[in-house]
Amino acid sequence: MSTAIDIDLHREGPGGLETEEMTLNMGPQHPSTHGVLRFVVKADGEVMRRAIPDIGYLHRSIEKIAEKVGYHGFMPYTDRVDYVSAMQCNQGWAMACEKLAGIEVPRRGEYCRVIACEFGRIASHLISVGATSMDIGAITPFTHAIREREYINDILEELCGARLTFNYMRIGGCAWDLPPGFARRAIAYLDRFEPLIDEYNELISFNKIYVERLANVAPVSRERAIAWNLVGPNLRGSGVPYDVRRDVPYSAYPDFEFDVPFGTGERGTLGDCYDRYMVRMREMKESCRILRQAIEGIPPGPVVAKVPRTFKPAAGAVYTRVEGSRGDMGWFVVSDGTAFPARVHIRTGSFAAMAAIEELSQGLMIADLVAVIASLDIVAPEVDR
Amino acid sequence: MEAERIHGLLREKFGNAIEQGVGAGDWPVVTVDGASLAGIGRLLRDDPSLDFDCLSNLSGVDRKNDDLIEVWYHLFSYGKRHQVALRATTPRPDPVLPTVSHLWPIADWLERECWDLLGVRFVEHPDLRRLLMPEDWVGHPLRKDFVEPDEYHGISTRRESLLKL
Repeated sequence: MSTAIDIDLHREGPGGLETEEMTLNMGPQHPSTHGVLRFVVKADGEVMRRAIPDIGYLHRSIEKIAEKVGYHGFMPYTDRVDYVSAMQCNQGWAMACEKLAGIEVPRRGEYCRVIACEFGRIASHLISVGATSMDIGAITPFTHAIREREYINDILEELCGARLTFNYMRIGGCAWDLPPGFARRAIAYLDRFEPLIDEYNELISFNKIYVERLANVAPVSRERAIAWNLVGPNLRGSGVPYDVRRDVPYSAYPDFEFDVPFGTGERGTLGDCYDRYMVRMREMKESCRILRQAIEGIPPGPVVAKVPRTFKPAAGAVYTRVEGSRGDMGWFVVSDGTAFPARVHIRTGSFAAMAAIEELSQGLMIADLVAVIASLDIVAPEVDR
Repeated sequence: MEAERIHGLLREKFGNAIEQGVGAGDWPVVTVDGASLAGIGRLLRDDPSLDFDCLSNLSGVDRKNDDLIEVWYHLFSYGKRHQVALRATTPRPDPVLPTVSHLWPIADWLERECWDLLGVRFVEHPDLRRLLMPEDWVGHPLRKDFVEPDEYHGISTRRESLLKL
């Protein structure tokens, strides 16, 4: 004999539908988590109460290694801090050392750095926007983005012999000058690439489904973005037009004209995933502008200053910031006067973005978590170092 | 605001908790007494003429020869576009500093990192757990006298040099 189960489906709690918090594990090997990182998701049905990031899976003790290998020897390791855009890491480390020792980089060296970094930025943003579309379910745009990035890898390979971990810069300048014919090929690539940005915009950025998945999702107010120390495109997405390249000018950036795109809440709320995404799309255009000016105006001369092989800066501490692809990257270097740094600390954009996720994820659908990770452009090795 | 004026304002409020003199550099260095750090931080953040809304960085440095741990706070103001670095020291055998995570939320993770790698205890931090190292790790790896253990859960951390094989 069967007894009817007397449950009122429209009422929660005793006598009604019992709900309880569910703990889900996401990662560390989830394909759309941008590297090895893990979230412990506390969910009520499909709605997250919060997602707690658990990091450290890619901690390679890069900062400890710096204390063991010396100033020149650390350069290849900086590539591994953020392997999606290694050029800016190279530059951050080089600039910190140059500031410690008071070395001036030749103008041509600075221009070479800008050219390398801006190509790196386009490559990194391509990965970011491509991965954003893939994470929320559109596979094809990713292949388009990767195709263009491959060309940039070719260009950078020509410059320094490596496609990903460049080790291109040196304390005092760059390792190599531009190879013959580089300017022509770089301009030819830009001529090809710039119209493609508009094509991507038509393909995905203005696509209704795409917009719906990103607009109004996880908005970050201006105040919260600053309090969480979000930097780079994430900060600009929240409507703060701050760019280290323009506001704390370094290297050859004061020579170039470029705009700093920032979010306006064009499709929804200010600082939502769509704003962060669009800032990256627009920044690629600005990078093209900088590249054209740099390639055209590159001065003659040496690319590297004379720096002693045994590099022993005077005791002291410096904190330098460069605009990496994931924003303001801080390099804190302490010298005790020996050939080995006493302490190196790298404050990265992804670290702050990751820390903010716990607050951002509250009340979101589980499916939107990947959209948030992608729009914050989190790269796991940069979080853990 | 210029570094000297920031320093003057802090001296006025906190007296000898702020050391005399401002360190040169693009991030002027103000050396402060660790015990007053939370109050100093609150003034720096909330005073409208200072308006330090962003903690850009927090780094610990092991100064073994002086038996000290140094913690640096790099503060930046987006509104005023000025910057300052605070330096606080704490005794190396038992490093303790008040937390600033209630002032700048990013300090939550930065302090956890500093605890994890250098062993600085941040009093009243809401959740001072290891951040990068495994939870059951022993010791703080960025200490100068840290000795890597021979093994971790049966996984050896040593191997024969390739040249000797």
